[in-house]
Amino acid sequence: MSSPYTKLPAWADYGLIPLINLVVAFAVAGLVVLLVGENPLRAAIILVDGAFGSGNGLAYTLYYATNFIFTGLAVAVAFHCGLFNIGGEGQAYIAGLGVALVCLAFDHVLPWWLTFPLAILGAAAFGALWALIPAWLQAKRGSHIVITTIMFNFIAASVMVYMLVDVLKPLGSMAPQTRQFVEGGQLPKLGWMLAEFGLKVRPSAPLNLSFLLALLMAFVVWILIWRTRLGYEIRTMGFSPKAARYAGISEARIIIITMLISGALAGMMALNPIMGDQHNVSLDFVSGAGFVGIAVALMGRSHPAGIVPAAILFGMLYQGGAELAFEMPNISRDMIVIIQGLVILFAGALEHMFRPWVQAVFASFSPRSVGIGQPKKEAA
Amino acid sequence: MELVDAIINVLNSTIRLSVPLLLACLAGLYSERAGVFDIGLEGKMLAGAFAGAAAAAVYGSAWIGLVMAVLVSVGLALVHGFASITHRGNQIVSGVAINFIAAGSTIILGQAWFNQGGRTPSLPAEGRFGAITLPFAEQLRDVPVVGHIYSGLLSGHSLLAYVAFLAVPFTWWVLFRTRFGLRLRAVGENPAAVDTAGISVTWLRYRAVICTGILTGLAGSYMALSQNAGFVKDMTAGRGYIALAALIFAKWKPVPAMFACLLFGFLDALSIRLQGTPLPIVGRVPVQFMQALPYVLTVILLAGFIGKAIPPRAGGVPYVKER
Repeated sequence: MSSPYTKLPAWADYGLIPLINLVVAFAVAGLVVLLVGENPLRAAIILVDGAFGSGNGLAYTLYYATNFIFTGLAVAVAFHCGLFNIGGEGQAYIAGLGVALVCLAFDHVLPWWLTFPLAILGAAAFGALWALIPAWLQAKRGSHIVITTIMFNFIAASVMVYMLVDVLKPLGSMAPQTRQFVEGGQLPKLGWMLAEFGLKVRPSAPLNLSFLLALLMAFVVWILIWRTRLGYEIRTMGFSPKAARYAGISEARIIIITMLISGALAGMMALNPIMGDQHNVSLDFVSGAGFVGIAVALMGRSHPAGIVPAAILFGMLYQGGAELAFEMPNISRDMIVIIQGLVILFAGALEHMFRPWVQAVFASFSPRSVGIGQPKKEAA
Repeated sequence: MELVDAIINVLNSTIRLSVPLLLACLAGLYSERAGVFDIGLEGKMLAGAFAGAAAAAVYGSAWIGLVMAVLVSVGLALVHGFASITHRGNQIVSGVAINFIAAGSTIILGQAWFNQGGRTPSLPAEGRFGAITLPFAEQLRDVPVVGHIYSGLLSGHSLLAYVAFLAVPFTWWVLFRTRFGLRLRAVGENPAAVDTAGISVTWLRYRAVICTGILTGLAGSYMALSQNAGFVKDMTAGRGYIALAALIFAKWKPVPAMFACLLFGFLDALSIRLQGTPLPIVGRVPVQFMQALPYVLTVILLAGFIGKAIPPRAGGVPYVKER
């Protein structure tokens, strides 16, 4: 994407401007807190303390962060190709079916370390499959992927309600969910790792092995996008579809492959709550993580090194927000939804809003750094 | 006779269910025809519904509710315009942001102001738009067919429902018979040409976005002040997206938009009606299938299997003036 703006030093581009955007987003969120009659500063302290103040809080924070790393990576990979995959929610939801099928079939037979790889494959395959149709439609028939993936979110919700209510629900049970998985379908918890550092973690804290899988995937995505030929093709395509076509890159192939990867990453998110925590598949287990991925990817500038901290930040908001709801009855967890929206607004849609000011500040200190001293200057 | 009653019944609820879709769909029409994609219809509707219900509950007047709904909805539309027109941000990202901001703040503010778990207090009769009985509806009630259609189907809706259906020819007239409409369509197809003609692309797009805000405000008011007696959290439940689907289905034209909304409303009414009752031949249709049908139909349409839906050419592209 060609930017109509002049250049800034890299650290300002990748550090300062996102930071300003983020601070503004949180300042506006603080105004909302003020509006409901609470003290934003106290709210922030309770939030951070709830998320990082105890070993238990930290375990929950990282558990939520796991979800957001997966969905954030999914959105980011698609961004690199110039695609907006808004369907992470539906892809993760359907992937729950893949995990469920593997776990229901093997949890009595196999130990967890054999079920886990199968479940990863199941989740990735179902997630990718759910992204395949929108991808194919975009690549071959030119239908806008944003609209089709939104539609597929709704279709996924209907399919899963039907599957859980009419097909997967055990006989004689009222709740629309699968049966509990036995040990073969349960991932080991990672609370002991935090305990190594002298933190107190209850055994029920949900942080589990899929956190490590998420970190591994972040690394794999980095390799894929910046160190492989495919990644180069994806980025070329996202930068300029024309140039990609001119270079002999097949547009349809790259779109479909990128979306398959994106869908698979979103799908893996299902492993964390299903195998790691609740040990069944229930209605609406994704609960918005697919959408948080959009905010995480925008905040992390679509780079794994940015996505992991952004995911942890949102994990903090989720966990700290739960604590906050206890302390301040006027503030529920829905506060996060506002913050999420504000982050998407300021870090995404309005990302260039503060740029002219930052440029003016830089220009007043050193004109060279913003390219003003150079012979061929761009109009500001 | 029972069958006629049943049909009238389903068609009546079809009309009720398609009104918010229609208003939101026409709202999207203005914005997208001007080249500004709007995924945030859902959020604007939701915020409008909340503002309308909250104001109507506090002041006890449906009209004040309506005005507040429109103001808040236009406010969000201007945020979208500020991000996507002035700052040339990604229109889809901005729309998504507005949906989240609306979803979260309606719950938080509702809880803080009314303490009813995100609901607003139940509205009294004067806080709502009641049913309007068309002239002679009572007298014609017993006339077969015509009377049934007139008094059972056309009469007895709220003011906003009539406004919604009148907005269809009005929108057609504005878009295709006025200078503003011509320019609006032009700016969605080729903004550079409009700019060359000496007309401000920015101001034109802002006006389109304001029209969107007004109509989504009406859609929200209908839901909170007419269909229901107050605001319930997440009450739009994806209708903004269905309206978007209807807009594509209608290929960005006002009259087809009405039929698309009626179709989707009919599917909705039918799925409520058929809940649990087996059909001849096919047997019991899962409710979820009927609920998913609008989305499936839209995807099939987008795939180009039922005629191709071609969006306005400059849709989604921020306009950068050449220098």
